[in-house]
Amino acid sequence: MQTIVSISNLSKTYDTGHQALKSMSLDITRGEILALLGPNGAGKTTLISIICGIVNASTGSVKVDGHDIISDFRSTRSMIGLVPQELTLGAFDKVINTLRFSRGLFGKKPDPAYLEQLLKSLSLWEKRNSEIMSLSGGMKRRVLIGKALAHQPSILFLDEPTAGVDVELRKDMWALVRKLRDSGVTIILTTHYIEEAEEIADRVGVINKGELLLVENKQKIMHMLGKKQMHIELKESVTVVPEALSDWALELSADGSQLTYTYDPHNPRTGISGLLDAIRDAGLPLKDVHTSQSSLEDIFVSLVKEPS
Amino acid sequence: MNRKTNDTHAINFQAIKVIYRYEMLRAWETLLQSFASPVISTALYFVVFGSAIGSRIQTIEGVPYGTFIVPGLMMLALLTQSIANASFGIFFPKFTGTIYEVMSAPISFIEILIGYVGAAATKSLIIGLIILATAGFFVPLEIAHPVWMMSFLILTCITFSLFGFIIGLWADNFEKLQLIPMLVITPLVFLGGSFYSVSMLPPAWQTVTLFNPVVYLISGFRWSFFEVADVSVGVSLTMVLAFLSLCLIMVWWMFKTGYRLKQ
Repeated sequence: MQTIVSISNLSKTYDTGHQALKSMSLDITRGEILALLGPNGAGKTTLISIICGIVNASTGSVKVDGHDIISDFRSTRSMIGLVPQELTLGAFDKVINTLRFSRGLFGKKPDPAYLEQLLKSLSLWEKRNSEIMSLSGGMKRRVLIGKALAHQPSILFLDEPTAGVDVELRKDMWALVRKLRDSGVTIILTTHYIEEAEEIADRVGVINKGELLLVENKQKIMHMLGKKQMHIELKESVTVVPEALSDWALELSADGSQLTYTYDPHNPRTGISGLLDAIRDAGLPLKDVHTSQSSLEDIFVSLVKEPS
Repeated sequence: MNRKTNDTHAINFQAIKVIYRYEMLRAWETLLQSFASPVISTALYFVVFGSAIGSRIQTIEGVPYGTFIVPGLMMLALLTQSIANASFGIFFPKFTGTIYEVMSAPISFIEILIGYVGAAATKSLIIGLIILATAGFFVPLEIAHPVWMMSFLILTCITFSLFGFIIGLWADNFEKLQLIPMLVITPLVFLGGSFYSVSMLPPAWQTVTLFNPVVYLISGFRWSFFEVADVSVGVSLTMVLAFLSLCLIMVWWMFKTGYRLKQ
């Protein structure tokens, strides 16, 4: 596994005194989709802005494909495409012109065939001569993605790409992101929607208050922290958990009709069989049994809730 | 993908080209506002000062009044247009937020500068030449030193576009964008001998007026037309170059510190 972006001890304190990043270190692997998950104001955008050259870091360094982002900014920036969070576009520009501008800005010679193919893949080809202000919000978002891809970057940053985007477009966007990843592009996206990270990412980094709480393979996070619960619905409600079942630390629902058993699915001895035996022995008739797995959201909430 | 072939120049020419073209395109798309309005307002000055009032004024240092004011009027338009174009060119992307792209591009500050200031200077140069041509319709014109005239013209366009760029970087709202052009530049130009010769002022005011940098600009420019000047042409040139250097140092410092662009 090859590192393409290497962030070491990066910190940022704004002039206002706000410390947006606290000595963050992170290695991003070539070709992966990394989701940076965190609440608003966690420092996600600051991190991206530093890597892209929009904000100066207070301390620390970033290397992109072995090049320093300050001393060798031409190499690093020409590899990177950025889709910002806000819909910042020149209102009077034509779609095709703004893409040509982006491509040139990043030092690439004009390539009408590539831009045509790009606009088609974003379903914007028909709108190429429209002024941006006449486009819908979803289209503007796609124009921003088109601008970021106009110079064929090998690393793509998507800052809150689905903010204010409808379900249909979100699906298309994920399809595009996967296609880009398959073509070898490394993708870093920020989000505060856990479902997004869960759906698209290979790895997930959790950021809160300028700190990277953890970064792990998505499955591994679920594995590490994911808990399973077995919900046992009873035919007849009970008022207390029978004494014989006390070993399993069951939770009784308020109406007394459901018992919940929380266990670690990776433990070879989950205790499920024993529990079911004990329930039968206690003479409790069962209505239904089902299990659920904690989502990334539960993991995330438990992480950021921890006292700092 | 043919990565890196011809793409990673020491200088990002493509970027300079697209910024320059984008800025010029903006002018062509608002042709009336960009070129017609400065020409019309200058024509009005000719009618009012040149014909109506000028006909009552004798020649100034051997030059008919209508002809005498041509260099000053050109300077007036040049200064205001250079500042307006360049300040707006960089202020607007800052205002809308699209500046993020320029800042994240593999482009150095000097290339950004060449793109934006080059385009602004080109536009005001075009305006200056149109005004000169227009003036030819109203008054008889002879240019004694065409090369000097063009040199002053180009130098002024670049210098004040640079100055406008600084204002555009500095301004964080529309009011500030208008503040310096309105409160500083316009008075300096009007009091800088656009419509009169400094020698027509009382001696005390002649001294005061020497603190006005625009005096040197107009004087040198007028000399290139009529060989008539308030101060020697060498002093004029030195002052223009000094102001250009000052602007360059300021821009360099702003970029170095990331002033109002980079936090």
